[in-house]
Amino acid sequence: MIEVRGLTKYYGDVKAIEDVTFTVEKGEVVGFLGPNGAGKTTTMRILTAYLAPTSGTAKVAGYDVFYDSLEVRKRIGYLPETVPLYPEMSVRSYLEFMAHIRGVEKVKSRVQEVMEICNVDDVADSRIGKLSKGYRQRVGLAQALLHNPEVLILDEPTIGLDPKQIIEVRELIKRLGEDHTILLSTHILPEASQTCERVLIINEGRLVAEDTPQRLTARLEGGERVFLQVGRPSPEVVTKLKEIPGIIAVDDKGQGRYEILCKTGEDRRPEIARVAVEGGWELLELRLEAMSLEEIFLRLTTKEVEDAGHA
Amino acid sequence: MQVMRNIFAIARRELESYFVSPIAYVVTAAFLFISGYFFTFILFYTRQATMRYLFGNLSIIALFVAPILTMRLLSEEKRSGTIELLLTSPVRDWEVVLGKYLASLGLFTLMLALTFYYPIILEMFGNPDKGAIFAGYLGLWLYGAALLGVGVLASSLTQNQIIAAVVGFGLVLILWVCDAAGDFTGAPLSNFLRYLSLSNHYFDFSKGIVDTKDVVYYISVIAGALFLSTLSLSSRRWS
Repeated sequence: MIEVRGLTKYYGDVKAIEDVTFTVEKGEVVGFLGPNGAGKTTTMRILTAYLAPTSGTAKVAGYDVFYDSLEVRKRIGYLPETVPLYPEMSVRSYLEFMAHIRGVEKVKSRVQEVMEICNVDDVADSRIGKLSKGYRQRVGLAQALLHNPEVLILDEPTIGLDPKQIIEVRELIKRLGEDHTILLSTHILPEASQTCERVLIINEGRLVAEDTPQRLTARLEGGERVFLQVGRPSPEVVTKLKEIPGIIAVDDKGQGRYEILCKTGEDRRPEIARVAVEGGWELLELRLEAMSLEEIFLRLTTKEVEDAGHA
Repeated sequence: MQVMRNIFAIARRELESYFVSPIAYVVTAAFLFISGYFFTFILFYTRQATMRYLFGNLSIIALFVAPILTMRLLSEEKRSGTIELLLTSPVRDWEVVLGKYLASLGLFTLMLALTFYYPIILEMFGNPDKGAIFAGYLGLWLYGAALLGVGVLASSLTQNQIIAAVVGFGLVLILWVCDAAGDFTGAPLSNFLRYLSLSNHYFDFSKGIVDTKDVVYYISVIAGALFLSTLSLSSRRWS
């Protein structure tokens, strides 16, 4: 449904994204994850034909976003990061306006339907400027649904909402995911793991990982991070541990507790145990630690760790 | 047809928002007050059933009114981010520009229509040249339509309404007086500058003469300004 090949975008000399390639199948809900400024919005703006890429191609529902942009725009519903609303209009007249320019046939009844789906029918005749942020976000979502698009592109759909509103919007996205293809961006990990079937992680304009939230976690579990506690800590512990091949970093947490980072798939616990016993450090505890998505994300997006990993 | 539907929807939304904000009322009221003042003043001074002098005055007032009517059209959409919504909808850039422009033209036309009681008063108490009045209104409308086109262009260049108004006013003022510069440059540039001048093409109308080349001139200005506005809007794609 979405096909992106080698997408690159420069703003003048500044690189926004570089060589981004991914696909989203029909019916999938995919999370686009990355810190602020990673290039999520730029990618989405290219997918919605708002910006043109510097190089590379993007296709939505088989249409090129540059050459067939009108066909693409007919098939997507887009919620930009700053929800684009006209504050002086009522919810109903705003949605009717959007329905007109989206080419919706039965405007009045479709607007009513969409307002019910997004739970904004109780404020249908209020001015948008007077609504709370949660309502505005849902009006923005309602706008994206009007023409029943094949693809929904949602840029940070829960940003700036309070916890209750976040849950409401996530529930709504889950329901929409049942019969739409959705690409949503976020910089909050639990959101991705709760709402998405697959996660694309982007950092500094490049895709750094792509997998299901579960597999991403699993992939990095095997011997990845080891927790060690010894009874007699000394500066020698860190240096000795670092001599073991396959160990990337050792983090002294104080009071004899250490966090040891190993290369992917290399469990170094036997060696660690031997060194600890030989050095007489009084081994108290040695165990593998599973990584949360947060930690995976940080590992994938933090330069130091990445560089150390390649060394 | 979807193209017409898009343009109409955008124009209608824009017209509605003119009347939600106080802008339309304040500008219309000021326009009517000042034009009414000139109408009365000129009538008592000349004691002639003619609108020729009033049309001259109205053309000056329009220089101030047009940039105010157009200043927010595109700049406000850019500032608030709603432009992203319009341009990711299945609407072409020129449809957005044209829809916005037609909204401002609609309001301007309404303002002119509200002054129709001047010729009615003249008709009641005198014997004015109806053809001349018709030509004058046609000229004023075309001239105003050109000013609005330039105003839309100014609005497409910035996110700031005030800057759009100032730039728009600056542009129409330059176009208004550019024939004066021709006095120093000599031909052929002076001919060109005279042709470019907004005011030059207006005088015939106010005298009651409808000349095709003046009509063509104003339509060209409108088309050119809207074309450049569309380019300015599309330029986001290759920035």
